[in-house]
Amino acid sequence: MDTVYTDVLVVGGGLAGLRAAIGARRRGLEVLTLSLVPAKRSHSAAAQGGMQASLGNTAKGRGDSEAIHFADTVRGSDWGADQLVARLFAETAPKAIRELAAWGVPWNRVRAGDHETVINGERVTINEDPLAHGLITARNFGGTAHWRASYVSDGTGHSMLYTMSDQAVAESIPVHERMEAMALICDGERCCGVIARNLINGTLVAYLARATCIATGGFGRIYRVSTNAIINEGMGAAIALETGRAVLGNMEAIQFHPTGIFPAGILVTEGCRGDGGLLLDADGHRFMPDYEPEKMELASRDVVSRRMEEHIRAGHGVRSRFGEHLWLDIRLLGAEHIRGRLREVQEICRYFLGIDPAESLIPVRPAQHYSMGGIRTDFRGEAVGLRGLFSCGEAACWDLHGFNRLGGNSVAETVVAGMLVGEYLADFCHSDDGALPGTTTLARDALRREEAQLRSYCTGEEQESPLRLQQEMQTLMTERVGIFRHGDTLKTAVEELQALLQRAQRLRLAGSRRGANPELVAAYRLPRMLKLALCVAEGALARTESRGAHYREDYPQRNDRDWLKRTLALWSPGADRPSLSYEDIDVMTMELVPGWRGYGARDYIDHPDTPRRTEDLKRISETGVQGDARQEQILPFRDQLPPSFRSPNERLFSGEESL
Amino acid sequence: MSEDEILARDTAVHGAATSGEFTLEVLRCNPADPEDRPRWQSFTLELTEGMTLFIALTELRETQDPSLQFDFVCRAGICGSCAMLINGRPGLACRTLIADLPSPTRLAPLPGFALIGDLSVDTGRWMRGMSERLETWVHGLDTERDPARLEAPMEPEVAEAIYELERCIECGCCIAACGTAQMREDFVGAVGLNKLARFHLDPRDARDDGAYFDLVGDDDGVFGCMSLLGCDDVCPKDLPLGTQIAFLRRRMARQAL
Repeated sequence: MDTVYTDVLVVGGGLAGLRAAIGARRRGLEVLTLSLVPAKRSHSAAAQGGMQASLGNTAKGRGDSEAIHFADTVRGSDWGADQLVARLFAETAPKAIRELAAWGVPWNRVRAGDHETVINGERVTINEDPLAHGLITARNFGGTAHWRASYVSDGTGHSMLYTMSDQAVAESIPVHERMEAMALICDGERCCGVIARNLINGTLVAYLARATCIATGGFGRIYRVSTNAIINEGMGAAIALETGRAVLGNMEAIQFHPTGIFPAGILVTEGCRGDGGLLLDADGHRFMPDYEPEKMELASRDVVSRRMEEHIRAGHGVRSRFGEHLWLDIRLLGAEHIRGRLREVQEICRYFLGIDPAESLIPVRPAQHYSMGGIRTDFRGEAVGLRGLFSCGEAACWDLHGFNRLGGNSVAETVVAGMLVGEYLADFCHSDDGALPGTTTLARDALRREEAQLRSYCTGEEQESPLRLQQEMQTLMTERVGIFRHGDTLKTAVEELQALLQRAQRLRLAGSRRGANPELVAAYRLPRMLKLALCVAEGALARTESRGAHYREDYPQRNDRDWLKRTLALWSPGADRPSLSYEDIDVMTMELVPGWRGYGARDYIDHPDTPRRTEDLKRISETGVQGDARQEQILPFRDQLPPSFRSPNERLFSGEESL
Repeated sequence: MSEDEILARDTAVHGAATSGEFTLEVLRCNPADPEDRPRWQSFTLELTEGMTLFIALTELRETQDPSLQFDFVCRAGICGSCAMLINGRPGLACRTLIADLPSPTRLAPLPGFALIGDLSVDTGRWMRGMSERLETWVHGLDTERDPARLEAPMEPEVAEAIYELERCIECGCCIAACGTAQMREDFVGAVGLNKLARFHLDPRDARDDGAYFDLVGDDDGVFGCMSLLGCDDVCPKDLPLGTQIAFLRRRMARQAL
């Protein structure tokens, strides 16, 4: 048996995984990273428009603070977020952006003086303070009180990932490329590493580690129309689920991005609307102000996507042979702005649509974009139910985003979670629990199980193409577990997914090509993707309310009384469906009690604790206590940060913060 | 709106309508099988509107040959995974429209990199080796500045100029198109030289020309370039590779004197 030992094993070479690896390495631990692809090709590179952090350097960002970033995030989440996590995150985001600035990311900078820009369809002039000249600038994104998304043109994720990846090279962190984690090695209580498959030659390797961290991103490819990369099949979350110990949280919380290019689903950034772009219908009418007078095109993504689909249903879509769509208009931003700040968008439009967005409208329709759910962890990133297993980034349900993530909060989360979880998992390795238990036999058994499973695809009963079954799943998910959901269609979706899972487990492959064998890869990933899809569909069926991106036509209200809780999905060994349980989200520890988000639907059913907690918070305010002392009484968090990240963030215009 | 109008708008949006049969010839080889020899295999497929090589190859794998190997990740032209020879010319398959290609079209793996199988090559190991050799990260004490402090200011134009060079996606097209790289295994190529030019431009990097000379002041570095500029011709991101190599060569030549 080919066996590799290390202190920390990070599965996933994107921003979250690499930052966690760097953190653990700097704590003196031996670290090794596995990646499906060369690390710089991870899906983090696809983040275009920006990263949120409350630097407050710009005219439109002045007065911003961690508290406001926190509040925007919680409102965006429709109160599904863990508020302690949201606080830790908002506090660390400015440090994340500044660390990356020191490591080499060429963030766009503030230029002093007057600038023309487009706000609400009008050209306006903004004046930037000479004191801020050369500091990191920001653009507007949806669902935020201030302009807070720092950016590198519209290649933000690309620059961040390249800098992070080169930093990992600088710190001599090995990345074993084209290695796929197939199963967690686990004694029922503790995770001790993974069995991985070499995607070049097909061999299996056992990696044994004191701590294992899954940072494999989202699972958008269970949908047919998705902005996600081809590799985003959720295998990290799936192998955690298959332990029968770790649980997946809020899998039904799926984000649809308003501006996927129609029909290919390739993303164009929210920065298009942040910089002043508009959504138009078949008549060229700007329809968002009719639905959302407060935030218009810049309400949160769940709200904008829903309004777009609603508008198409009302007969205002643009008809085409591929179906209906709407238009994104960025012509008003001008050719120079597009060339400088939205050049990836321009390239994508040129190559995939044959148009120049400075002159033509872009056909768009909402497409699956982000998985808020994932491996349920505590605020340290440690998996619920399985010691020694950590997770961060999109793969995890940490839970920063609740039922809807704000634009610019995903790349921010990847780096921040990497920074924090890297420290916490190093703490774990240095603790009494951190020693690697005797596991050679365990590893050998796990490896044999995987070998047997792979061999079974040569002898299965049903000669079916795994790729065809995968397509069936994707179509079913897009059609029945999409933006608008209903009990009846969800029920049939669950039944069909179960039938597909049965077929997927009896597959026989057409060929037996040695080495990489893409058909075999598709075959063993298929049942794992189906299990994730079942967690999504069953979670959506069970949740009889609407919250954030989860919208039930038969239960259109948010219902805090019955559903202010997180869904947990467990897959017992041998079971043919997940079992769901729920974790209450405690109103009595909230800093921001549930209410109207400032956009979207205004009616909801209150939680009985909401008035009590509101009274508590009012009482604390009336005592006149301020600053840190006030925070200690409301939601203490600073002591939970790793010591190296506890200092308050310096801000140029400090003292102007308002809430 | 009439059907004709829809069709007209459609055509404007999705490119010229195309149909009919199309032939792709793929150079196939599985190095994991010692018996296997490189061979051209011909596939015929039904052309659909807006079909890219990504869509075509995915369809071939789904409907004709599940063993066909190739790499796609982002399928949007930003990750650099799918570089291959398209009728002999390096390019990104995901954003190449079939309608722009002659039938038959030949696809072959990118030369200059280890073959994984069929159209899949190992650029990752090559790029990591290049990064280690050229130390493609910011060197300097300020990299460890306290992140709670205000960031160091930078001129907006400088940040933008750095991004121009940082748009490289390490796809490997410049290596495949490079005469020197075909003859000299350790040549760092336009990808490596452009990366160093990027750090040279970056005021955060404390290395001087002497340090750069130690990295690329030889025939495996900037003096290996024969100025054929195949790199510049094929770069999918339109990076100014010729200019950057010329600039670096001038600086390094001065350093050598």
